[in-house]
Amino acid sequence: MPIPTPFHPRTAALCTSMFWKEWAGYHAVRSYDVSHEREYFALRNGAGVLDVSPLHKYELRGPGAADLLSRITVRDIRKLRVGRVTYLCWCNDDGKILDDGTVSRLDDQHFRLTAAEPTFAWLHRFTGPHDVTIEDSSERLAALAIQGPTSRDALARICDAPLHRLPFFGVTRARLQEVDVWISRTGYTGDLGYEIWVDREHALTVWDAIMAVGLDHRVLPLGLDALDVARIEAGFIMNGVDYWGAHHCLVPSRQSTPYELGLGWTVNLDREPFVGQAALRAERARGPAWATVGLRYDWDEYEALFARFGLPPHVPLAAWRDGVPVYGSDGRQVGRATSGAWSPLLKANLALASVRPEHAALGTRLRIEVTVEYERHQISAIVSKTPFFNPERKRSA
Amino acid sequence: MTQGATKTSSSAPPGAAGSPISGVGQPRDRSYDVIVVGGGHNGLVCAAYLAKAGKKVLVLERRHVLGGAAVSEQVFPGFTFSVCSYVVSLFRPHIIRELGLVDHGFHVIPLDCSFLPLPDGRSLARFGDYARTRREIAQFSPRDAEVYPEFGLAMSKLARFSKHVIDHPPPEPTSLAPRELLQLLRLGRGYQALDRDVRYLNLKLLTMSAADFLDEWFESEVLKGPMSVSGIIGTMLGVRSPGTAYVLLHHYMGEIDGAFRAWGFSKGGTGAVSYAIAAAARGFGVEIVTEATVDHVRITSGRATGVVLESGNEITAKAVVSGCDPHRTYFGLIGEQHLEPELVGQLRRYKLRGSSGKVNLAVDRLPDFTCRPGPGPHLEGDIAIVPNVDYVERAYDEAKYGAFSSRPYLNVVIPSLVDPTVAPPGKHVISCFVQYAPYDLEGGPERWPRQREAFGDTVVDTLAEYCPGLKESILHRQVLTPWDLEHEFGLTEGNIFHGELSLEQLLFQRPMAGWARYRTPIRNMWMCSSGTHPGGGIMGAPGELAAKAMLKAGAA
Repeated sequence: MPIPTPFHPRTAALCTSMFWKEWAGYHAVRSYDVSHEREYFALRNGAGVLDVSPLHKYELRGPGAADLLSRITVRDIRKLRVGRVTYLCWCNDDGKILDDGTVSRLDDQHFRLTAAEPTFAWLHRFTGPHDVTIEDSSERLAALAIQGPTSRDALARICDAPLHRLPFFGVTRARLQEVDVWISRTGYTGDLGYEIWVDREHALTVWDAIMAVGLDHRVLPLGLDALDVARIEAGFIMNGVDYWGAHHCLVPSRQSTPYELGLGWTVNLDREPFVGQAALRAERARGPAWATVGLRYDWDEYEALFARFGLPPHVPLAAWRDGVPVYGSDGRQVGRATSGAWSPLLKANLALASVRPEHAALGTRLRIEVTVEYERHQISAIVSKTPFFNPERKRSA
Repeated sequence: MTQGATKTSSSAPPGAAGSPISGVGQPRDRSYDVIVVGGGHNGLVCAAYLAKAGKKVLVLERRHVLGGAAVSEQVFPGFTFSVCSYVVSLFRPHIIRELGLVDHGFHVIPLDCSFLPLPDGRSLARFGDYARTRREIAQFSPRDAEVYPEFGLAMSKLARFSKHVIDHPPPEPTSLAPRELLQLLRLGRGYQALDRDVRYLNLKLLTMSAADFLDEWFESEVLKGPMSVSGIIGTMLGVRSPGTAYVLLHHYMGEIDGAFRAWGFSKGGTGAVSYAIAAAARGFGVEIVTEATVDHVRITSGRATGVVLESGNEITAKAVVSGCDPHRTYFGLIGEQHLEPELVGQLRRYKLRGSSGKVNLAVDRLPDFTCRPGPGPHLEGDIAIVPNVDYVERAYDEAKYGAFSSRPYLNVVIPSLVDPTVAPPGKHVISCFVQYAPYDLEGGPERWPRQREAFGDTVVDTLAEYCPGLKESILHRQVLTPWDLEHEFGLTEGNIFHGELSLEQLLFQRPMAGWARYRTPIRNMWMCSSGTHPGGGIMGAPGELAAKAMLKAGAA
């Protein structure tokens, strides 16, 4: 049975649709209204406020914290500067991915790791020689994301942090309505946006402060359904949807490596030993077995297919995450699309897919399965660059 | 503080970074394949398609800003008005794709709600949420609440048939040429594919008045009020005038393009649509020059050979295409001396007679409606001031005899609520489409400038009856009468559609029987404006179909 997050008194009052889902043991809003469309357009034109408290959070403190994180993740965290955040993943000894998340360097000897799954035990398994304490701050800390083009202007009105100087993937301490918070310029929407980290007893103060200025900046509460569309536009993969952590895989074929998931860029391979290093080195030498790509459906074929049934092209309002097979031009299956969405912004049908590397070049025409009137058909889908949506404002000063 | 329509400043000045405008006053060359007269959205679409096909194309725009009536301007600093047209309706999805407009900033935020405040404190809000809408309508008629989706389905079936019509050049029913017959046959097949009852419905739709047609379905005058007015927008007819019913379809056409949600606010105002098209056109090599007024088209031996600018400069072209309305195209650009008297007579009978005006407000807070106080989704769509069918018919009565309505039908939108780029934080822009404002004011249309502020006051007074604090919240006001639409935007008689969308002026008769396929009697002289098939609205279809017709004919 899920439990409420620290923001629940506010989100519950607003969630008139009663559309909830479970997220890491917590109640999370899918959409406040019966459709998430309004929230989606607020996110891309104003801003959306999303309760991300269910994220697992760990504080690593002490002189050995950087060494420990460098040991267990694919990044050399010792190089991360104070006030910066980095995205990364971590693997088992076989180089198979367990989870992905971020590490913030809040202080010389204080790091915060976020994860989709409980990771406390895994962290402890490697503390051995390192002088480090680990706190599971998941319960203590509430987290609120404010994402979208007006997020900076809205947030700047209620906190003292110089947000214009906070770089993409920067993190800073701030005072917000007499409350101490951490603000990081991070998020899961591929847009300009921030995440606010605050002790749970002050969560509602933060929420209320944002909402008090929200109307001036088109800030709406955002649920996970709109987020799901946004993250696909941003080309972000998701644990448990586009891949599975190795700890949860019954069969090896379900496991993935960072290279297969397009996360090779996060791997600092040539350095002191880290978990999975040997396997990843070998994989880099021989090349990954899969490639993660973006797909755009061929709209003309899509429309024509529906027209054969006398129907206008059906566009799902919600993102989907039940995989569909992807075929090569010869009709043989070459992979699967693991999630996808119609992008109202790009006016395109998008998918994230895992395909054999020889079919992964940009512009390659693959075939994707589409079901119309209970019949299975195939249309072309073109391997496309991700992020599909990458506005300048995401990184701009 | 009030101000007339004349002072304007462009939101994207020529030469500014990212501006699609390549020059001011004077084009670079003296000779082009095609000159497009008028940088309205259809002219730009036409230019883009021609350039995409490899033609050397020049667009000449009289004003300092692109878009024609699809234009965004910062009339007052910090507030961007969609000065004339205010929502994007039916912009063709395939044009968005074929011209790659999304990459150039085309972004439409869908409208979800139609809100109807009533003077007695009740109100009706129709949402995309079916169950919620049913409850809303049931306040007035439980029966209508259930019929409403039934009506929607029937109209959607018809709209699917109409989609074929607007996406192709008009058929020519008087010709026996095989190609024409084939097209008619295709159209007929589409028609036959409709259910029998839907075919009968179509006949009613084409002949009845909007009010009568809705009477066959609904009982609530409150519901029929806002539904009926979509039949009269831009025409000098009332909701009880025969032939107004078919425009009801337009609303449901948007549903057919549902995937594209092409019915909504353009981010940055409707001018942003024009700028996206212009940017795409520029990408295809089109040269776009503003503040270049074409005086007339050079016609030699019945053939257009170029244009003469007001400055006296002459530019030659293998073809000229006009984005102006039929009146300005034939009487202004071509000149009566080049036309047969019979044709001149036909043109004079072409009905323009504008019937609407526009009031744009910059306000320091959101309007607060007595019947539904506070902000909310009901303010984020369109807001109709039309409490019942009689109200709008009375408004028409006054207009028939040369007065603007003392209590007009208003279609109000607050785009700044969903698009923060058009107003400073906390402040808003309110756009009021107003009908009726007859061009032919008693005493003559030239009396309009003296009536402008009284007209503006009437509109504000009307709206303020529903949201009392409105007047105190107004920072700036822009009032556009049909006279202003004619003189500032070149819309003859202030007709927003380049001629009424009445049945006798549609399809193979738009603008004239015999000259409905984007051609004119002058060789190499073409038309691509809303005065051609399929007509007005930010659709892009006339521009696209004209370009395709020109390319097919080997023009230029």
